[in-house]
Amino acid sequence: MEKTRKSKGRKVFLCLNYVIVAVITLSCMIPLLNLLAMSFSSSQAIIENRVFLLPVDFTTRAYEYVLKNKEFWTSVMVSAKRVLLGVPLNVVMTILVAYPLSKSDHAFPARKYYVAFMLVAMLFNGGLMPTYFIVAKTGLIDTIWSLVLPGAVPIFSCIVLMNFFRGIPEELEESARLDGANQFQVLIRIFLPLSKPSIATVTLFSLIWHWNSWFEGLIYSNYTQNYPLQSYLQTLVVSTTEALRTSDLKTIMELTQVNDTNMKSAQIFISVIPLMLVYPFLQKYFTTGLTLGSVKG
Amino acid sequence: MTHTKKRRYRNSSTFLFHAMLFFPVALLFLYNVLPIPAGILMAFQNFQPGKGFFGSEFVGFKNFIRLWRLPDTLPALRNTVVIAVWKIAGNLMVPIVFALLLNEIRVKWFKRTVQTITYLPYFLSWVIVAGILIKFLSPGSAASEPGFLNTVLLNLGLIKEPVYFLGTNATFQGTIVVSDIWKGFGYNSIVYLAALTGIDPSLYEAAAIDGAGRWKQTVHVTLPGIAPFIALMTILSIGNVLNAGFDQIFNLYSPAVYASGDIIDTLVYRMGLVNKQYSLSAAIGLLKSIVSCILVLAGYRLADRYAGYKVW
Repeated sequence: MEKTRKSKGRKVFLCLNYVIVAVITLSCMIPLLNLLAMSFSSSQAIIENRVFLLPVDFTTRAYEYVLKNKEFWTSVMVSAKRVLLGVPLNVVMTILVAYPLSKSDHAFPARKYYVAFMLVAMLFNGGLMPTYFIVAKTGLIDTIWSLVLPGAVPIFSCIVLMNFFRGIPEELEESARLDGANQFQVLIRIFLPLSKPSIATVTLFSLIWHWNSWFEGLIYSNYTQNYPLQSYLQTLVVSTTEALRTSDLKTIMELTQVNDTNMKSAQIFISVIPLMLVYPFLQKYFTTGLTLGSVKG
Repeated sequence: MTHTKKRRYRNSSTFLFHAMLFFPVALLFLYNVLPIPAGILMAFQNFQPGKGFFGSEFVGFKNFIRLWRLPDTLPALRNTVVIAVWKIAGNLMVPIVFALLLNEIRVKWFKRTVQTITYLPYFLSWVIVAGILIKFLSPGSAASEPGFLNTVLLNLGLIKEPVYFLGTNATFQGTIVVSDIWKGFGYNSIVYLAALTGIDPSLYEAAAIDGAGRWKQTVHVTLPGIAPFIALMTILSIGNVLNAGFDQIFNLYSPAVYASGDIIDTLVYRMGLVNKQYSLSAAIGLLKSIVSCILVLAGYRLADRYAGYKVW
């Protein structure tokens, strides 16, 4: 058959396809490039609308200012602390849940009760105000623990890891048990070394989650010096809307404009740098996590 | 192994299992489960923080009646469902189409670059994306010129004057839905790309021998091949009908667009933390939780029955 020769229509389609995919890809890049360009441009050039994808009147003044901005660095430190406490806690908790629940009902008869408990915790949301009052009652307000403890057990990650553990051959566990290892030793010596990719996935997702969360910081802190970076950026970049509850359209439009755009852009860009640093690793692992969690089940 | 030995074996195992689960379960109980009865209690009280959960006055269904009469409740419910349903539809279709287009691309480096770039927005927080979008979609003002998109549209002659995408009720919902799809389509296409690589190549060969062109191959081989995944993703997204995306809308809306953009979650926030109407806020949160929970469970059941997919 002459099907191997590409028909004319096929060629047209292929060309068009490259163009469409390229345009879609550009649409993902342009806002980010625009932001980067603005962070390196002078305020004047931004106001006059001369900045598109390349910096105009190249200047690093915005970055110099941000580097000296104490509030910014305070919030970076809070975020760093949050990540250093929160990520290891998330990972340890995920492992501790995933391992026992990956066993069969026969090996662990109480499993079904724990699963029911997890299901309740996952499906039924207590709501904003009740959760707030519990966090307040346990004395976490204005401490780093308010950002770490309420989300300490990521149930979705538990499911991902549990499914991975289930795929590890039972014979490995049995032979280790016959050699006298207890379940804790089996977990540490056999399961964990075999599930490095899954644990990497869980770690990365926890890292992204902690770095990106802003709402907890906003509601569980009374003082701005306790804000993590994203909460600080939220008040800086977005929450003009918060302050303008009663004003009319015209004032809102003006107030969202007069702030120093290049400064904001610089701060947003700096906050994205850590993500960019882990992004290559993320790309390697997130497919694993996704297919494990949602497709194979 | 003797019977008793085996049993002792199992007992020591289960003891360790319980021990492992102790701390996670305690934390989940405190911060995920305990708020549930607390919320139910609050919804039927006139809750005052000074009096606490047990000292506050019990008022029966009064909060729910007040909610029903409040002018903000029904519009918020309607906005939530409209935005969420559009998002569900868009977040299913766009990634599928994108995956199909990407699947036709054979140049490796091009494909990889496209994937790297289009997955990125998913990993940015809504605070960051809102910061970018507010500037990018800005209509300009007395103090400054319009943002990137308005400038481009003006220069192309597609619009006569700048559109305030985030500040007018006519455009707000559309902007929310499109920007949400924009943020997630690359990442959401991963599932379908994985499914596409799983299709047996001999099916394509057989179809080609039967005289099917590329289009027919797509319709008769590719789509049926990924249909189970499409079905599964659809079923699992049922639970999101009341989730219009708090993080996104909170960072992009303003009083000018409450009529089209206020959703249940933002209403719960304003009622509770801004207006200090704790019990009203808890009541509406409770209703939302119940309906969401039923929808998610229905989704799981359907997924189990029709796709053989078990969550736990």
